[in-house]
Amino acid sequence: MKTFRVLKDRPAGFFPEFEKRPAPLRRNMHYCPGCGHGVLHKIVAEALADFDIKDRTTFISPVGCAVFGYYYMDCFGISTPHGRAPAVATGLSRAHRDSVVISYQGDGDLAAIGFNEFIHTVNRGENLCYIFVNNAIYGMTGGQMAPTTLVGQKTSTTPNGRCATEDGIPFRVAEIVASQPNPVYVERVALSSPKEIMKARAAIRKAIKNTMERKGLSFVEVLSPCPIGLKKDAAGISKFIDEEMTKIFPLGKLKDVAAERVPAEHPVPVYDCEKVRAALFPQENRAEKEEFFGEKLREDIYNESEIFEKERRIKVAGAGGQGVLSLAYIIAHMARLRNFNVTYLPTYGPEMRGGTADCSVVASRREIASPIVDSNANMLIALNQPSLDKYLPQLKPTGIIVYDSSSITLPEISERQVAYGVPAAQLAVGLGSTRYGNSLILGALAKMMEELFLTPEDTKDFSAVVEAALRECFADKPKIIAPNLEAFRLGKEKAFRANTGKNPE
Amino acid sequence: MSSKSLLLCGNEALVYGALLAGCDAYFGYPITPAGEIIECAAKKFPELGRVFIQAESEIGSINMVMGAAAAGQRAMTASSGLGISLMQESVSYLAGMEIPCVIADITRSGPGIGNISVEQSDYFQIVKGGGHGGYRCPVFAPASAQEMCDMAFRAFDMAEKYRTPVYILTDGMIGQMMESVTLPEPIEKSAPAPYSLTPGNARTNHFTSIYLEAEELEKKNEALLAKYREMEANDQDAELWKTDDAEIVLVAYGIMSRLAKNAVDELRERGIKAGLVRPKLLFPFPKNALNALVDRAKKFVCIELSGGQMIEDVKLAIECRRPVELIHRVGGKLISVDELVAGVKAVA
Ligand SMILES: Cc1ncc(C[n+]2csc(CCOP(=O)(O)OP(=O)(O)O)c2C)c(N)n1
Ligand code: SF4
Ligand SMILES: [Mg+2]
Repeated sequence: MKTFRVLKDRPAGFFPEFEKRPAPLRRNMHYCPGCGHGVLHKIVAEALADFDIKDRTTFISPVGCAVFGYYYMDCFGISTPHGRAPAVATGLSRAHRDSVVISYQGDGDLAAIGFNEFIHTVNRGENLCYIFVNNAIYGMTGGQMAPTTLVGQKTSTTPNGRCATEDGIPFRVAEIVASQPNPVYVERVALSSPKEIMKARAAIRKAIKNTMERKGLSFVEVLSPCPIGLKKDAAGISKFIDEEMTKIFPLGKLKDVAAERVPAEHPVPVYDCEKVRAALFPQENRAEKEEFFGEKLREDIYNESEIFEKERRIKVAGAGGQGVLSLAYIIAHMARLRNFNVTYLPTYGPEMRGGTADCSVVASRREIASPIVDSNANMLIALNQPSLDKYLPQLKPTGIIVYDSSSITLPEISERQVAYGVPAAQLAVGLGSTRYGNSLILGALAKMMEELFLTPEDTKDFSAVVEAALRECFADKPKIIAPNLEAFRLGKEKAFRANTGKNPE
Repeated sequence: MSSKSLLLCGNEALVYGALLAGCDAYFGYPITPAGEIIECAAKKFPELGRVFIQAESEIGSINMVMGAAAAGQRAMTASSGLGISLMQESVSYLAGMEIPCVIADITRSGPGIGNISVEQSDYFQIVKGGGHGGYRCPVFAPASAQEMCDMAFRAFDMAEKYRTPVYILTDGMIGQMMESVTLPEPIEKSAPAPYSLTPGNARTNHFTSIYLEAEELEKKNEALLAKYREMEANDQDAELWKTDDAEIVLVAYGIMSRLAKNAVDELRERGIKAGLVRPKLLFPFPKNALNALVDRAKKFVCIELSGGQMIEDVKLAIECRRPVELIHRVGGKLISVDELVAGVKAVA
């Protein structure tokens, strides 16, 4: 009878000699006599050879008595941390989509310590073959309670028998798996008699076949004898499985939708350098830009004005929701577009929730050391009174202020500081939305730069850069680009110098 | 063709660097301040047909990394302190099984859930091993978005050269701050390692960390130790900033090294000959660079956002031949440049 051939002969899916086993024990398996693991290994090994998949199969050895599964299986192997086989299997199976990954786990490994990884792997429906060895005990560690231990069953950690109210009740994994939509095949079998072993063999072969055919997740729960852990002889352990375990863990097929399951399509990874560049490198749509900027579009422009030789340390501050971060972001983009090193650091941490927002931007031709703008700020852009009052003391005595004059009354400032105002919030309302406030402020910034610092060449370029940065930052909202450019022009027109500071830097 | 610069936060730059290094798979679980990594990976990995999974936990992520990396892929994950703690059992397995991969820790403040502000208190955990058993991992310490990109790019080569997990350790500020970044050229993809579980390779390939015989495990562990010595001999890396004539040598990494540079400049303006050693790798620790400065240096000052962790390595490196002072802060606040200057002056 075929069963006995399976049990007695060495299947071709085993190594001819168990060379990974420490000498001198290289002929036989390490399992106790009568242990279900040995029978299961043979069934798996036989299928590996019969289906000719030894070269593309990985057998995962769990932590448990099957930790040495890799001694025997003539295929790839990995022994994983306790319970983590499903996650490792996921990584393996995603790496090589046509590989066959067999996750072989005990009841402690799968149903206790590793159940979270397991159930989410089930939920994702990974293309895997699960063999779940339910022997109602922790075999390897010497017979402690497993999640599948029966109520009343004595183990070394339930010396008076498992108590339903204190220790929980036997965990029925196959039923949980079958209740989920993604798994394709779920069956519970037993290794209690030649007849049942034949059924187990058929189920495991089917699960492996499904995996080969990329049908998704197949799960076979195997009620497996552990005569040592349960302190029973061969007859006693078979009887225990047939008469007690199957009452709680009924045998049979719980789900099989393999016939109608179509293998999922998967993307093909791209490594071609040209395509990788196209996906990651900044792409410039030159034609579109040239049309927009005309002759203003120039690559690698070097702004010659002296101000750009010094590190610009800018604090942008206002009320939360005023667009402080996006204003700072546009300024950071302007600097990047002209090849400055830039750091952009929004207020980080709990202060965010206090109703004020601020952001540090540093632009420099040299390497930027500290990205924090505090006592060394040389420009303050303030959108409301509290932030002006808060950050003015940190501004250098030669610093520059740009502020929204519709909400801020400028206090007395040092004679070498200079301030430019624009009634941004007020003008924005006139333009139809408070969201144009940022561009109005940028107008004031441009006016200040042009009047005080920029060469004629850079004067032309500064507005171009503002436009380019606005276009970049609003790339996903093209409709608001034109009104923002309009606001920028208006801001420049309406901005005014608020003091007669002597010698700003 | 070289790339024009991009404005990226450090966390995004890390993902770009990994993809350009041919990283095949990202597995992760959301946590602040590493969130931009998983979000950027979720977008960019599938765009290139590569594997992305939001795992059920950090335990899930690191073990998915184990599977993909065992299968010969360049695989990575990232998290912050708490999640890194959860991964430790598996990192120990990865080190023991010699499976190369990359793990980023974008630190926050602890212990426990702490807060999401900046601290550097994961140093002991990451640099000294972290999990059980006597293993070490190379640890990169990027201090800018550019380095997040470059070091992620380098980390895979390092991981494969030594067959080891490699860490990228930085703080939430470096992770979340945006900076201009120039991208490196993408690599030409090469075949998975011959030892990996890749169809076509010898099917006797397997990974395990179990060695029942003491003699066998001793051999295995001595080989690991030899590998760590090799890293110490070949891979120390530090930036030296104005150290040539330095009498006061500051030592700082991550965000604090950026502020320390400004402090060095200010101290020099006040006539104190200060310099900075910035470890670019924390393991192997730049002992040689520090030792070379001992003769001229009067004092070393370690600057850390922790109770003083790296300072132990500084003292060991110079074998306490000079006093080593600590300037530190914990709980989520930076040490400002002014505070650094005052602190150094107080001990100089
Ligand atoms: C993290 C961790 N905790 C505990 C152990 C100890 N341990 C080894 S095997 C095992 C139980 C395995 O039981 P099961 O999965 O049912 O496998 P069996 O031996 O019964 O086949 C335990 C708790 C471990 N190796 N790792
Ligand atoms: S303890 Fe039980 S499960 Fe483990 S080898 Fe022995 S019989 Fe098999
Ligand atoms: Mg068990």
